[in-house]
Amino acid sequence: MVVPTTPNGYVCSAASSDPMPEITVRTGGAAGDGIASVGDVLGRSLSRMGLHVFGLNAYQSVIRGGHVWFQARASTDPIYSQGDQADVLFALNKETAQIHLPTMNAGSTIVYDPEKFDLADSELPVGTKKLAVPTLAIARKYSTQSILQNAAGMGATAYLAGIPLSVLQQTLSDSFGKKKGDVADWNIGAAGDGYRFAEKNSGANDHAVSPVGAPKPLMTGNQAIALGAAAAGCKFYVAYPMTPASTILHWMAAHAQQLGIVVKQAEDEIAVVNMAIGASFAGVRSMCATSGGGFALMVEGIGMAGMTETPLVVVESQRGGPSTGLPTKTEQGDLNMMLGAGQGDFPRAILAPSNPSEAFQYTVKAFQLAEDWQTPIIVASDFHLSESIMTVDRAEIPFPGPIPSLYTVESNGGEYRRYAYTESGVSPRALPGQPGLQFKAGSDEHDERGHLISDVLSGVPIWVAERAKMMDKRMRKLEGLRTAGPVPNLEGPANSSLSFVAWGSTVGAVRDAMRLLNAKGVTTNLVRIPQVYPMATGILVPMLTQAPKTLLVEANYSGQLGHLIRAETGIDLRNRFLKYDGEPFAPMEIAQRALEVLHNGH
Amino acid sequence: MVTSAVPATGTTSLPVLVSKSDTKPTWCPGCGDFGVIAALEMALKRLKIPPHETVFVSGIGCSSNLPHFLNTYGFHGIHGRALPLAEGIRWANHGLHVIVTGGDGDGFGIGAGHFVHAMRRNVKITYVTMDNEIYGLTTGQASPTSTMGAKTKSTPAGVIEHPINPIALALASGATYVARGFSGDVKQMADLIAGALQHEGFAFVDAFSPCVTYNKLNTFDWFRQRVYKLESAGHDPSDITKAFARAQEWGDKIPTGLFYKTDRPTYEDLEEVLQAGPAVKQPCGLVGKESILDEFL
Repeated sequence: MVVPTTPNGYVCSAASSDPMPEITVRTGGAAGDGIASVGDVLGRSLSRMGLHVFGLNAYQSVIRGGHVWFQARASTDPIYSQGDQADVLFALNKETAQIHLPTMNAGSTIVYDPEKFDLADSELPVGTKKLAVPTLAIARKYSTQSILQNAAGMGATAYLAGIPLSVLQQTLSDSFGKKKGDVADWNIGAAGDGYRFAEKNSGANDHAVSPVGAPKPLMTGNQAIALGAAAAGCKFYVAYPMTPASTILHWMAAHAQQLGIVVKQAEDEIAVVNMAIGASFAGVRSMCATSGGGFALMVEGIGMAGMTETPLVVVESQRGGPSTGLPTKTEQGDLNMMLGAGQGDFPRAILAPSNPSEAFQYTVKAFQLAEDWQTPIIVASDFHLSESIMTVDRAEIPFPGPIPSLYTVESNGGEYRRYAYTESGVSPRALPGQPGLQFKAGSDEHDERGHLISDVLSGVPIWVAERAKMMDKRMRKLEGLRTAGPVPNLEGPANSSLSFVAWGSTVGAVRDAMRLLNAKGVTTNLVRIPQVYPMATGILVPMLTQAPKTLLVEANYSGQLGHLIRAETGIDLRNRFLKYDGEPFAPMEIAQRALEVLHNGH
Repeated sequence: MVTSAVPATGTTSLPVLVSKSDTKPTWCPGCGDFGVIAALEMALKRLKIPPHETVFVSGIGCSSNLPHFLNTYGFHGIHGRALPLAEGIRWANHGLHVIVTGGDGDGFGIGAGHFVHAMRRNVKITYVTMDNEIYGLTTGQASPTSTMGAKTKSTPAGVIEHPINPIALALASGATYVARGFSGDVKQMADLIAGALQHEGFAFVDAFSPCVTYNKLNTFDWFRQRVYKLESAGHDPSDITKAFARAQEWGDKIPTGLFYKTDRPTYEDLEEVLQAGPAVKQPCGLVGKESILDEFL
């Protein structure tokens, strides 16, 4: 089990260096203890106080047992990652205390129940306090269900965090939805008891935050992707269950009737991608999502969408690879596969959002690009983005009207050329059901009318030329796509001593690391590449060449974005911080690496 | 939004009936697939199904080229994946007539998984397989329906696997219309396909369609000597047990005709969202549904 640690030799901690009023609470136990529920209620209570929240859910690929923990970080200022050390730890078992105590901030508090395990003062790091809360005794007041201990401990944790009891109890009550009754009442009662116990017994409460404004929406990256798809006009969503993409399916299925979206669980990912293409061919906006293993099965279908010029949005939520790899851990190791998916060359784009707001925006954009350019568009997520929760500002996720169809046609009785040569490479697109425009979409090479030329090609000059022209037509779309999506941008001062280069969810921890460095007087900036492919090199190259030093930060073994940048620009980013242990980047370790690069790097 | 009109190159009246397209079939002279396309055209004409409301979907193989040869919409997809492609088309627009054509390798080999699932869903699709017991386009390898002992390029010592029984597999998987035709009897096949097109559910027509180039065993003559019609044998197509029994017949006597037909709600009947009409004609997006954000508070 790897948890955020203080990098060796790094002198500052988040709490001492960072003036912003923020708090990090962590709760841990065994799978089945209800840790995710406790974390969700704490995180949601903090977002209801108007704070910016980031919540990390760390679990193992088991349903019962194992070690599970949840970290909710909240701040009055925008935050972009789970942060580093914790201020309050609620440990449901001794293992949790042992694993997480070394990563507590100075002045932090651990909440535990001595009836469950002993915790000697000598086991506590210097500066960490303990608060013994009789969670089991409180639970017994209400029921024989020991799971109520969670509610009691959550109450004590909430008090230490500064969450008003009324906010906590309302959030808890809402979390039971329509399933009110005894169980909800018991939980609310036990949480109140734990809260008041802490209020009476905890002494000075150093880390409490205060409500600052209106509640903020709190969502996972996957929820944001699903919401973005619905906003863009998605009418058909199809998937096969695979962590960490499955929660998109869950959200879509739960909202299918309300939103009028046909949601299908298919027999495998090959069926998934073909169904999505079929639905799109027939005229609806369609999307499918999976992780690396499922994406590998979709590869041939994605190529068919490219060849038949059918719009398609595919979400690839990466997890640790290779093969089955790390099902519940994060990685950015599938970029090469997304780039190379499919035989031959065809146009595609890969968008990589870094947080739920962008996940929403880029999913809407992906539908627009797919529709405009009639080709597959990939939204690259990963476990860390897909499953972490984060607050969004409503203004950042405007609901557009449904994505309009471009390049439609109506018959005038003349010949229709579905794949007509055009300057942009995009041809007028008819939909089945339109009279007089019947055409064939073919996965074989074809001419402007969609007639196969693959079978008659063998050296016949007219068809040889036709094949090359049709390839050129399709690939012209790639040039259009280069700047049609979100282009590279520079965050932070232009004249910085170091430029980070990052993509996807890693961007969040880099942003927080930049702030840590700034607090130490080190000015850095971030070269952000939101559309990883095709790369807008004309914009990117000046950013990279003006940086005195660069540091590539990627969650994979080989530096796949670095390879792509080198291939596209010729620029070799030699300072690399690559992480492939399954854990998300933490701000402090990135800041530490940046300091090392500034002293010794290329 | 219409942004581009089709350049006129002549004025012709829109076809109202399905007929051949201007692409000539690439099949070998004498190929069984000619009988199947003739039966398809006959059935579609008889039912006056308009070509623009018809989509032929196929995978890869000699028979999968069929969509190109008719004046309907068509999607010539990838090997073995025609059925999920067709299902997606149906769920986007169930106002369309969706017909899937392909071979035994495409449907019962690489595509076998999709075959089973499409049938249990009872999607309203007509699936016509041109079953020639051989891989033709790849020049003569064994197929999932090749006879035990058949010598092919990939099995020079003879096939040592038991062949798939497409009719029995369809019955076991929940297909609601299961029939077998033979290219040597176009009229019977047209009747079976017309019945399939009118059937509310997944309709499977396995068509013996001899390969005159690579299968020297299961020839037109071989089938002619063996086939008999179920209706003339007094078969009751509403009885699935008897249908299973007939499906086991092979060798000297091989039945053709309608094995089984039953009524069961289609997937489209049971999918709540589609009760408001074809998805492609429904509103979409979240404008006016902003309150959905409240669930994230």
